[in-house]
Amino acid sequence: MELTGSQILLESLKLEGVDTVFGYPGGAVINIYDDLFDSSLNHVLTRHEQAAVHAADGYARCTGKVGVAIATSGPGATNTVTGIATAYMDSIPMVIITGQVPIPLIGNDAFQEADMCGITRPCTKHNFLVKDIRDLSRTIKEAFYIARTGRPGPVLVDLPKDIQVTKYKFSYPDQVHLRGYKPTYNGNPRQIEKAAKMILAAKKPVLYIGGGINLSAANDELLKLAELTNIPVTTTLMAMSAFPQRHPQALGMLGMHGTFYANMSVTECDLLIAVGARFDDRVTGRIESFAEKAKIIHVDIDPTSIHKNVAVDLPIVGDLKDVLGKLSGCLLQKPELLEDLVEETQGWRDLIAEWKERQPMMYRSSKSTIKPQYVIQKLRELTDDDAIVTTEVGQHQMWTAQFFDFIQPRTFLTSGGLGTMGFGLPAALGAQVAYPDRQVIDISGDGSFQMNSQELATLVQYKLPVKIAILNNNYLGMVRQWQQMFFDKRYSQTVMELPIDFVKLAEAYGATGLQATKVDDVEATIKKALETPGPVLMNFKVSREENVLPMVPAGKAIHEMVLAS
Amino acid sequence: MKHTISVLVENEFGVLSRISGLFSGRGFNIESLSVAPTQDADVSRMTLVTRGDDRIMEQINKQLNKLISTIKVVDFTDEDFIERELALIKVATEAETRAEALRIVDIFRAKVIDVTPKSYTIEITGAPAKIDGILELLRPMGIKEVVRSGPVVIGRGGKRSWTA
Repeated sequence: MELTGSQILLESLKLEGVDTVFGYPGGAVINIYDDLFDSSLNHVLTRHEQAAVHAADGYARCTGKVGVAIATSGPGATNTVTGIATAYMDSIPMVIITGQVPIPLIGNDAFQEADMCGITRPCTKHNFLVKDIRDLSRTIKEAFYIARTGRPGPVLVDLPKDIQVTKYKFSYPDQVHLRGYKPTYNGNPRQIEKAAKMILAAKKPVLYIGGGINLSAANDELLKLAELTNIPVTTTLMAMSAFPQRHPQALGMLGMHGTFYANMSVTECDLLIAVGARFDDRVTGRIESFAEKAKIIHVDIDPTSIHKNVAVDLPIVGDLKDVLGKLSGCLLQKPELLEDLVEETQGWRDLIAEWKERQPMMYRSSKSTIKPQYVIQKLRELTDDDAIVTTEVGQHQMWTAQFFDFIQPRTFLTSGGLGTMGFGLPAALGAQVAYPDRQVIDISGDGSFQMNSQELATLVQYKLPVKIAILNNNYLGMVRQWQQMFFDKRYSQTVMELPIDFVKLAEAYGATGLQATKVDDVEATIKKALETPGPVLMNFKVSREENVLPMVPAGKAIHEMVLAS
Repeated sequence: MKHTISVLVENEFGVLSRISGLFSGRGFNIESLSVAPTQDADVSRMTLVTRGDDRIMEQINKQLNKLISTIKVVDFTDEDFIERELALIKVATEAETRAEALRIVDIFRAKVIDVTPKSYTIEITGAPAKIDGILELLRPMGIKEVVRSGPVVIGRGGKRSWTA
């Protein structure tokens, strides 16, 4: 069957299991959009290409499927770069298709031409420029394979316009041949045995869990291992929904804004079991002091993560689902030693309980001003267990990690590695498209919200009932906090006192706008939002100079926290 | 410590950029770089010389292997290998130094490939140390220009360093 390149693209997407794409049309992709007009593929039109990529990202994070975004050449394509870099830093499986000028014009400074392969080389897992129609279906197959296997990541396919209209016989390859790409899935059994021995010999073990758990869908295996061994579990920002935060063994987040007891546990432990985490600088603080007293086991599917920042005693390369499953199996074969472990570590768990009592997560509550932490606690109280929460970046993001107790996997979508303001609203959009019947909440700041506020239009057009909670302190909060703590309160360019009427803004797009200025109105506002059909924006005027605590200042070790009082 | 690495890569558009971009993006240094196709037209070999301690070399090795285009990475530093480089040297010669220049060319088994009344252009291949040596000796006469290719490396013995 002879199809055009554009038709081959869409057929290939369908064969890869794609049913929804996010995108924005333009000259270099007009042929693709013509074929999309009567295609069975569902297309969501955003109002900015960056939002299209973030939406595909949010879609991928909560479903585990590969997120797909389409943009035109030149400025459309360059607008996707922030979204691609966001996905790259958090290892999210995505395929981004950008139009390109016809092949004879490439390199000629043509209209709306941009060297996307050059520009995205450092922030994609891989990228392709399709120069021959005969390569197209193989390229799409390889792109999806690379995006979703091993350590997932975004893959860009640059598709010139003339290829899109060239006809060719369509056949989809049934195998991928990439001799340079063979990820290791099965953990080495000898290493796993050694790990089991180290765990059974530990007196003060801690499990340090990262985003890899969600990516590998290894939540059950993690829970089983944790409950088998009674080892306390600390989670990174990326893993807040990978382990139930109300579980008795949960220590909360560690690192720069982690809990006192998580940071103390890591500092004092004698065995740190790092699973699907990468010892990022937000977690380790001064790296020489990180987990100084501990032997370290590091399980990760990506060999480059191991030994990159921290010397490790036992590396295990493999898929977390596989390794954790086998590790539990190993431990179950030594039931008496397992019992001994649980007994011997009771003193350790008692010490941690003391730390929890001495310095729990807290904030000074108020009857006169709305505390942002209070709004977050109320949101958790009033939403379903399987509500999906996205955040933007800044203080509100940290408070969400600290005070919103996540219960189910894949319910917390946040830009961790890159820390992209403007991520939350489009990611919430993508999540709502994936799960039309679940509650989706975007927790935002007044600064971040304005970065992609135009997506209110998308929410209204597609009737996506996302509930947006703006924790409005009229500041660029996180930067203001640093300026208060380290720059003598010189609030340079962080004061955003303009009293924007966000309610009117929401209504201008056809959404519902609500506002709360008094503590007593918070609960009622949230309830009203959840009951109102369609997208709702809630503007909470919150305490202006509230700080995120605890905080580990830059350059300090993680036990050197500035604490809340 | 200096390391000579051979990277076998898919001979595809942009692959040189990928490898050099990896090095510059992560702050690894490239002292020299040469690339050409192998006996298999789909595969190119890049030979690069870099510097770093064990930790850095481990990261370089792993990051190179992580690239989809990379087929194999061979760090020759710990193996038995033969290293050769080509240099073209334009040396200024006055009447007094012309004979000495030719004697040096002879000692190093190099060749004169171009001549003017005031200069010789010399072609020499050999281990990088040999090329450093001839440059040392020619320096007092006045070297006008040197073009070095960067080393290429092959393992000793009968085995191939990689299979397709």
